[in-house]
Amino acid sequence: MKRRNKIALAKISKIIYCSLVYLFLFLPIVVIVANSFNATTSKPYLTWKGFTFAWYGKLFQNTALLDSFRTTIIIAVISTILATCIGTIAAVGMYKYKFKGKNTIDALLYIPVVIPEIVLGISLLTLFTKVNIPRGILSLVIAHITFSVPYVIFNIRARLSGYDNSIEEASMDLGANRIKTFFNITLPVLAPGIAGGALLAFTLSIDDVIISYFTNGQTKTFPLKVMESIKSGVSPDVNALSTLILVGTTIIVVLSQSGIFSKNKTQKAIKN
Amino acid sequence: MTKHNLKSNTVPAVVMVGPVALWLSFFVAIPLLYVLVMSFCSIDEHYNVIFKFTLVNYQRLFNPNYVQIYGQSILIAFLTTLICILLAYPFTMFISRTLSNKKTILYMLVIIPFWTNSLIRIYGWKTFLGSTGWLNTTLMHLHLIDKPLDLLYNRGTTVLGMVYCLFPFMVLPLYTVLEKLDQNLLEASSDLGAKGHTTFFKIVLPLSVSGIFSGSIMVFIPTLGYFFVSDILGGGNTDLIGNLIERQFQSGNNWSLGAALSIILILITLLLVKLYQKCGGDMDNLGV
Repeated sequence: MKRRNKIALAKISKIIYCSLVYLFLFLPIVVIVANSFNATTSKPYLTWKGFTFAWYGKLFQNTALLDSFRTTIIIAVISTILATCIGTIAAVGMYKYKFKGKNTIDALLYIPVVIPEIVLGISLLTLFTKVNIPRGILSLVIAHITFSVPYVIFNIRARLSGYDNSIEEASMDLGANRIKTFFNITLPVLAPGIAGGALLAFTLSIDDVIISYFTNGQTKTFPLKVMESIKSGVSPDVNALSTLILVGTTIIVVLSQSGIFSKNKTQKAIKN
Repeated sequence: MTKHNLKSNTVPAVVMVGPVALWLSFFVAIPLLYVLVMSFCSIDEHYNVIFKFTLVNYQRLFNPNYVQIYGQSILIAFLTTLICILLAYPFTMFISRTLSNKKTILYMLVIIPFWTNSLIRIYGWKTFLGSTGWLNTTLMHLHLIDKPLDLLYNRGTTVLGMVYCLFPFMVLPLYTVLEKLDQNLLEASSDLGAKGHTTFFKIVLPLSVSGIFSGSIMVFIPTLGYFFVSDILGGGNTDLIGNLIERQFQSGNNWSLGAALSIILILITLLLVKLYQKCGGDMDNLGV
């Protein structure tokens, strides 16, 4: 009896502990969402003055804010597509072929992952200044590809570790050339890894603050717009946009995750 | 035959790996080397970097105010890492041992907050903790306090913000190792008469220490550079090396000095990564 009590107590304390950690993780989110309905109109918009939907209406008149959001999406889409393309063929190439300098490329891949973002940001800023790459969408896209390509490659590499080379050989034996084999055999098998890598690249891109901060020039992404407004107090329409983004990404990711899972399941079913 | 194979593989290898190799050389290797060069360069009266060798930037690194900030950065990064380990370890252990259908949801719940921009989440903390913030207003309404508590703009809140930003980077590697932990080992241990804490220290901890190492690297290093956290929550009282660098590149305009300061961060990173590899850490575990 005593032992059972002890086990129950341990279980309850575990649940309480985990709930407290989740509370810690979600507290700022709750504050952000709640503040998007805050009826306050005076800076710095910190005190609660009642409930309103007004900020959601004002959001759609705030063209500067909406523009920054559009810029963020454009940069994220372009950099994700390019990083995923370069990353995918590189991951496959590095897995299949042995060549000189492979370790050097590996080492270069780890740099953007481990080095503090600020170092990557200022080093790109000095390069862009030196070689006269105009600061704006172009420089931001380059910067975002640079920090997301390693993540794409690592994601695909994890998938490749269980990859059976013989199916490619079979495809070539049956008369398909390298390119055909790549598109019809290699890509479909790696699809979940590629999708995971692309998703990560996209998330990293839309959330990036530090590297964009040094490489943006006059172009403002949404995080940089937030940074600009922080000094005078973030107005609740920014919270409204954040709330919409959060709801949107949650829906997209839940859908795509369930999509990936079902793909895994069909592949498993085929294997069995 | 082998020679022929080698030759026929060269073209596809170059085509496939070439783009990434070029990209990384041009946008990672060259910029970092350029920062190294710049750290030895002088600046003219208009704050332009000129290619004239000098050690003055490195001499300026020993400015007592700077040295104090390096110490503070290391302290903050250390505290952040320690708190992340203490907070994340039991948490990850519990969620990795729940039933598999619930596990995915619990795991996703750790990630979801991070789809909201980190700046605005940090600002959320400020809204919550500020003197007219929600916590203070509520406590005053409840008559628990007479005047607002001074919670912002100190080392503690900066550490809080850092822990908040970097917590998932501790959870992810821990989750990977703890999820793989073979339950049979734990049962075997308890069958052989080991008590809970013995099993933990002799089996669970040694098998998960690699996760703690990867997590620590992923938390400690970024903390040194997260200047916006100490800007927003530390209010200029808890500057990090990142803040010093940011100022030189944005308002201070002494890029050579900023480059020399960046070299400190690069050296710390190299040192810790070497240490990590020496302890048997696998670089692939850092990719998340």
